[in-house]
Amino acid sequence: MPRLSVWFVRASMIYLLLGLAFGALLLAQKGIPFYASVWYLLPLHMEFLLVGWLIQLAMGVAFWIIPRFSNAAPRGPVKLVWLSFAFFNAGILISTLQFWFPITVLIGRITEVIAGILFVIGSWQRIKPLR
Amino acid sequence: MALALALGIVLALGATNGLFPVYIHLLVFGWLTQLIFGVAFWMFPKFSVEKPRGSETLGWWTYALLNIGLLLRAIAEPMQSAQTTSISGWLLVLSAILQFLAGSLFVVNSWGRVKEK
Repeated sequence: MPRLSVWFVRASMIYLLLGLAFGALLLAQKGIPFYASVWYLLPLHMEFLLVGWLIQLAMGVAFWIIPRFSNAAPRGPVKLVWLSFAFFNAGILISTLQFWFPITVLIGRITEVIAGILFVIGSWQRIKPLR
Repeated sequence: MALALALGIVLALGATNGLFPVYIHLLVFGWLTQLIFGVAFWMFPKFSVEKPRGSETLGWWTYALLNIGLLLRAIAEPMQSAQTTSISGWLLVLSAILQFLAGSLFVVNSWGRVKEK
């Protein structure tokens, strides 16, 4: 597994743990109410599990496993995809500030979209039929 | 996945009572995430020559806790939504703990397999 995939996948696992922890608190609150403000965690539960876990894991595994080139740069423009990793995680972290600064949801989403575009540009040419 | 899709029909027929969160979680946790856990256990880089998939026991515990936790939720959440009782309430708490433990065990067992070649 290439180093960048290790970072993607391990980051996704951290978000899995955080997202599940928040989800467990929310479900427990539904069962035996103990602290109503737990509901503020719902947007982070969704962000961490859908974006931080599922999408990020898919990006990491895709970078590892989709067809490679036979030249000196088998996985294409790696720096571009590193940039995508940085933007993606910055976007998630920025959006965690939404309780205090609601505008950060929008800023975080835009940052994630930039990450997605960089990832697509960096991977597009690797999606090719076998010769 | 089949359960979730079937529940989707029930929801389309107008049922509510706590079923929508169950539907979402059957799909996203019971299918998508469990599929990922299964494929990751199969395909991630080997942990070692002696233990290529890490601890198989932890893998089985992950499987059991995820499914028991999720099914408990699928039963208890509609119950709790229809009428709040301490039984359904504590079942939800138990479900939350089991699902969190399932994810934690997956991470514990898989972390060491996510490594550079």
